[in-house]
Amino acid sequence: MDFMNPRLPLGDWVNDFLTWFTSAFQWLLDFINLVLGGLYDILYLVFSSPVYLIMIVILAAIAFFAAGWKVAVFTLIGFYFVRALDQWDNTMSTLALVIVAVLVALIIAIPLGILAAKVSWVSTAVKPILDFMQSMPALAYLVPAILMFGIGQTPGAIATIIFALPPGVRLTELAIRQVNTEVVEAGQAFGASPGHILSKIQIPLAMPTIMAGINQVIMLALSMVVLAGMVGSGGLGGAVVGGISALDVPLAVEAGLAVVVVAIFLDRVTAALGKKTPIERAHKAAAA
Amino acid sequence: MSVVVKASHVYKVFGKRPNEVIKRLEEGADRKDLTKLGTAAVIDASFEVEEGEIFVVMGLSGSGKSTLIRTLNGLWAPSGGSVEVLGTDISKADSSTLRKVRGKHVSMVFQHFALLPHRTVRENAAYSLEVQGVPKAERMEKAEEWLKTVGLEGWGDKYPQQLSGGMQQRVGLARALAAETDILLMDEAFSALDPLIRREMQEQLVELQSKLNKTIIFITHDLNEAMFLGDRIAVMRDGRIVQIGTSEEILTQPADDYIAEFVQDVDRTRVLTAASIMRETEATISIEAGPRLAMKTLEDNNSSGLLVLDENRRVVGLVSDRNVVKAAREGQHTITDIVEKTNLFTVSPETPISELFAPSSTAKVPLTVVDENRRLLGIVPRVALLNSMADPGPATGEIPPVREESEPVLESPSAAEADSENGAAFTDEQAAPATAEAATADGLVADGDKNQGTDAATGGTADVEGGKH
Repeated sequence: MDFMNPRLPLGDWVNDFLTWFTSAFQWLLDFINLVLGGLYDILYLVFSSPVYLIMIVILAAIAFFAAGWKVAVFTLIGFYFVRALDQWDNTMSTLALVIVAVLVALIIAIPLGILAAKVSWVSTAVKPILDFMQSMPALAYLVPAILMFGIGQTPGAIATIIFALPPGVRLTELAIRQVNTEVVEAGQAFGASPGHILSKIQIPLAMPTIMAGINQVIMLALSMVVLAGMVGSGGLGGAVVGGISALDVPLAVEAGLAVVVVAIFLDRVTAALGKKTPIERAHKAAAA
Repeated sequence: MSVVVKASHVYKVFGKRPNEVIKRLEEGADRKDLTKLGTAAVIDASFEVEEGEIFVVMGLSGSGKSTLIRTLNGLWAPSGGSVEVLGTDISKADSSTLRKVRGKHVSMVFQHFALLPHRTVRENAAYSLEVQGVPKAERMEKAEEWLKTVGLEGWGDKYPQQLSGGMQQRVGLARALAAETDILLMDEAFSALDPLIRREMQEQLVELQSKLNKTIIFITHDLNEAMFLGDRIAVMRDGRIVQIGTSEEILTQPADDYIAEFVQDVDRTRVLTAASIMRETEATISIEAGPRLAMKTLEDNNSSGLLVLDENRRVVGLVSDRNVVKAAREGQHTITDIVEKTNLFTVSPETPISELFAPSSTAKVPLTVVDENRRLLGIVPRVALLNSMADPGPATGEIPPVREESEPVLESPSAAEADSENGAAFTDEQAAPATAEAATADGLVADGDKNQGTDAATGGTADVEGGKH
């Protein structure tokens, strides 16, 4: 190799690796495809089967119990508006995809965050990986995702998971570390096991911050659905991408507004859930 | 009395090479020179705590006391030495044994209360029982009882944040007591409270202790608190225990200048008791004796009055020299008729001297210290009371230095007066010939005070020096 004009064929190596990986672990990729695709199909079926009005009422009810009547009213109007823009099916598809991606991201992120808070080398090891996941342009890993999973919902979900997962890990780790050490010590001093301390002291006290992390994960996941549309995930992302490629301004604007409605709904509902944790209830009682 | 907690040569070093640090410390190195190898928080701490005792570990912040207490329930494993709790060596115990010991034998109260903010007061008090797997209904009931004991009845449904600091610490105390362990560790338990509440909590702890008879290991940086609560006190400095003793021992025989300086500000009157300052007296007479013997005893003791005792050395009253002489002249055979029962003020040996000042200032005779059966233990002459307020040791002493002879020193006339009054205590009207000599010859004043007594009489400035011996 010419020292003065270096050219590292890293991309080729990665490509070779991915080719090898795809053939060697086809069973694993098939399994992931099955799980993510299956989950999406089920959720989409559930969301899109009922008459849209029933679905709107259900969403408004969720909003009412989680966040109160104001958010419920917004939900009623907002989703009716979405239907009026003829984006109902796309919206339900996007909602299903976001929920699948967020569920998987949280299943990975929360235990990993707890582990990172407890074991310092895990924390050290995880940090650069999270940095990589967040700063690598999402489009750059969409390509390998297509290579591995083909066109469809799965590569979109994978890209969304990778992009949305880091704040979940970071905020969970921070939340657990922030718990007052004297309170944890009190648990130990009365003979509580580490599991008891984690489930009865650390997680309840960390819950508001963990909920903030979950909220962030959801928002990031939603911001990825447009990109996911590029790899054939359909939904609102597909509509926006279609609007761009055909210079179809009305379609792009309508789909974009529907994304906004979904985003506000998810944000308000999850933020309100964060205020329903036992510790927040205690704070509220003390403030009253 | 059995030993419940025994620490032998406990070391706790934070850092990468604790063993190296311990080795160097044993060789006599200073911990300041070893900071690159590790931080020695506790150095060679050995002590035993007996059942039912309040053992106080006192030291300033950074002296290692909080680290030390955490080795006693295994929150920190000692880097060297061993800790035995009720015969179990917890320094080498595995985590499940440790949890058992903590759950059953050692509970803890924390400086900043360490309550679970997301749980109600009752749930907090029940926490120790929850950890032990007590069914919910039962543990809530027990928790309620303990809340009642600490004076928080009716607060069970509140959250900790709704309570004041003092009340929160009561919850912490209830939680620890609910565990029904023999040993209670209290880490600066009252330090975060304001002074009035702190005093109240100290008194409540003493009261609870008299009922429950726990073994309490109490950490504090407040010497007054240590002296008030502690049956024995271990003073820590720079990771080492520099002295272990009762509060009186620490106050009167400080092990080094550091402690002497430390105890300077202590309110002695709360710590010292009548027993520690009382004097023996020979000026006593049996109730069955005649006036002749009484006169002889008066002469032998150069005293102006005698305490009258029955056959069991119980204090019956007192006789004055005038009445004895009168009775002898009238040819009476016993002194029973001339025994005065008024004017006599008796105190128990445990009475803190803060409670002696008022009676002493009005009583005409020295206070009489008696045991629970009214048997004579000793007397507290006023001079002894005043003398107890002087500082021990050369490092202390707030008496102003001697300047010039012409300068009047305010304390001395009153001190001399006190002495003379004391000497003349038994005579009501004849206060005139009251000299310092009379006071010393009285037999009521111990040796150490003779100098001071004479000095006080001879001159004002000399008294100041006397106080500085």
